[in-house]
Amino acid sequence: MSTSVKKRVTDIGPPHYEQFLPPVIKENYGKWKYHEVLKPGVLVHTAESGEKLYSVRAATPRLASIHSIRLFADLADEFSDGYLRYTSRNNVEFLLTDPDKIDPLIAKLGAEGYPVGGVGAAISNPVHTQGWIHCHSAASDASGVVKALMDELCDYFTGQKLPAKLRLAFACCLNMCGAVHCSDIAVLGVHRRVPKINHETIRTQCEIPTTVSACPTGAIRPTSVNGKQSVEVVEEQCMFCANCYTVCPSMTLNDPEMDGVSIWVGGKVSNARHEPMFSKLAIPYLPNNPPRWPEVVDAVKHLVEIYAANARRYERMGEWIERIGWPKFFEMTDLEFTKYHIDDFSHAGLSFRTSLHFRHQ
Amino acid sequence: MSQKERKTPLVDELEKGPWPSFVKEIKSVDNPKAKDLLGVLERSYQDKIGHWKHGGLVGVMGYGGGVIGRYNDLPDEYPNVAEFHTLRVNQPSGWFYTSDVLRKLCDIWEEHGSGITNMHGSTGDIIFLGCSTEELEPTFAALTELGFDLGGSGSCMRTPSCCAGMARCEWACYDTMGLTHDLTMEYQDELHRPPFPYKFKFKMAGCPNDCVASVARADLSIIGTWRDEIQIDQEAVREYANSSELNVLEDVVERCPTGCMRYNGQLEIDDENCVKCMHCINVMPKALAPGKERGATILIGSKAPIIGGALLSSVLVPFLEMEPPYEDLKELIEAIWDLWAEHGKNRERVGEFIQRVGLGNFCDEIGLDVAPEMVIQPRTNPYIFYEMDTADY
Repeated sequence: MSTSVKKRVTDIGPPHYEQFLPPVIKENYGKWKYHEVLKPGVLVHTAESGEKLYSVRAATPRLASIHSIRLFADLADEFSDGYLRYTSRNNVEFLLTDPDKIDPLIAKLGAEGYPVGGVGAAISNPVHTQGWIHCHSAASDASGVVKALMDELCDYFTGQKLPAKLRLAFACCLNMCGAVHCSDIAVLGVHRRVPKINHETIRTQCEIPTTVSACPTGAIRPTSVNGKQSVEVVEEQCMFCANCYTVCPSMTLNDPEMDGVSIWVGGKVSNARHEPMFSKLAIPYLPNNPPRWPEVVDAVKHLVEIYAANARRYERMGEWIERIGWPKFFEMTDLEFTKYHIDDFSHAGLSFRTSLHFRHQ
Repeated sequence: MSQKERKTPLVDELEKGPWPSFVKEIKSVDNPKAKDLLGVLERSYQDKIGHWKHGGLVGVMGYGGGVIGRYNDLPDEYPNVAEFHTLRVNQPSGWFYTSDVLRKLCDIWEEHGSGITNMHGSTGDIIFLGCSTEELEPTFAALTELGFDLGGSGSCMRTPSCCAGMARCEWACYDTMGLTHDLTMEYQDELHRPPFPYKFKFKMAGCPNDCVASVARADLSIIGTWRDEIQIDQEAVREYANSSELNVLEDVVERCPTGCMRYNGQLEIDDENCVKCMHCINVMPKALAPGKERGATILIGSKAPIIGGALLSSVLVPFLEMEPPYEDLKELIEAIWDLWAEHGKNRERVGEFIQRVGLGNFCDEIGLDVAPEMVIQPRTNPYIFYEMDTADY
């Protein structure tokens, strides 16, 4: 460590992207004219100059070893002059100028276990969080649920057979390190037990006032236990958000029996046709059942299939539900509407219906 | 370090199936950290609970961000992942790489860490997953020698990220990659040394399709748009109309949210009523393109639920030209930071801060004129905080 100190540099920032751009991009930067989808997972962009860039998109599990990154580097050398990029949804894209190399590349990616797709009216690669791989507040595993889901839904990635794009996302707790709150279908890890307070460690691990003020509902109060400073939780005010745990490790929420996931539908971020919107609650709770989470897989597959069979062309999940109405959605999906579906936090009243504009089922 | 082979029947199940397997990825690395990681995961699959603890204060010298401390709660059983910190490595704009630079990054991570990464983390960084405390500084030295640096964490500016923009998209209304690099370099101090009440994220999207989910995931969302007429190639429109793939009336005209289009062999758009939703351009990319007077709408305040509930960003500046050196934008950013850093509560995102103090007051304080585009409608409640020292109401 001491030898590196004398040459130490800081605040150099990331390398400039220009050095990683293929010549066809450098020459046509800002001068692209249009693009087409040649087949699932393959885009061709045509520049004003007439030059063409072919992008071949393959899924990755996001968790990538140096082994597979080196494999992608080798494939890039063989097929795309060494140039590649990643997408905002953890796909890898090879940037080709020779269209004759597209099919051999797809074949090789397939042989290595990386399906090509995720373009257009498809399920793109789900964005997801760390889960039990690496996170302290995870209420479920992320990589495992996503793998189990996409093994069942892979044909929707490699094909383009949905009414519109479908964005699937997973976050393992309410911190939502993935943007699940605006996804067509979101799977969200939830805790359902009040924090277990470790009165022995709380004084050394946590600041009591910070812990008390972390609670959005005021459920945490200072108290003394056996003459020592600690906190207590008013159980009926706890909504299991884990804010207290974020600032205080002595307030654990993880629980093998009570933790699980909830499922949310109908969010989007693009402005196309309909404004961006949040996802809304469809299923309040499903259990953790590793390694394949069958209840979660069945529920998501069911939602995808009903959407695929009933939405109109270009209609995203949320647009379809808005057209048919939420009562119809619950009827068609055979999901139970419970009191948990009715918001009771800060802006709850905004979601109450104030008109007779609904369809009688 | 010698190590017994662990049996991992539950996670092994996830090697099967058509979707790429993260278990195969972990197993592909010949590294004791990777082996213990798989063991811990198997344990979690048995116990239905995570086995990671909060981070402590770890990092590289002089930085307050970029490293997330992580410790295992079963260090005696899984000693090789007892310390398993994350390094957030600032990605190049647009996530473009050469095979050469990826191999060099792999060599660094093979020498110093677990060999396991995320390509990429949710905010956009290259994630080096699994570094011991003593290897942090040598890894950082190797990264900076290759020309890479760390990204943000904690109450820092977080690593800005963007769509591919002008590098590969005809719809980019400004240079998202250029702006992302510019802001990242301009604000290295804010990226590495936490100056704020909480995190602050930037995401640059080139058009209203918002491929980086800027409106949902950024404290400042910079989304490309235009304010003149959609460019139309009538011949290309007719080609779409004559193809079997598209019904111009049903799939384009009737889907326009403001009903501002007509087609009768010739496409007419009432551009004054166009809300730039992108649908018609998305479905007829060879025929339509955003206008020529391009820039961005600046929106503020989106976030995930913690603490006071999730928010989408809302309009702050309806239209801003986006040309280097981006002086107007930087002036705005710094005014926002000055106000929020001084008056924001601990762990209060800027969106929540605005909810608390009011958007009108917020604009007053940062010296920005309010505009009707900022709201869906004017207020409906008459509880108005009239200010008696202003003479002009």
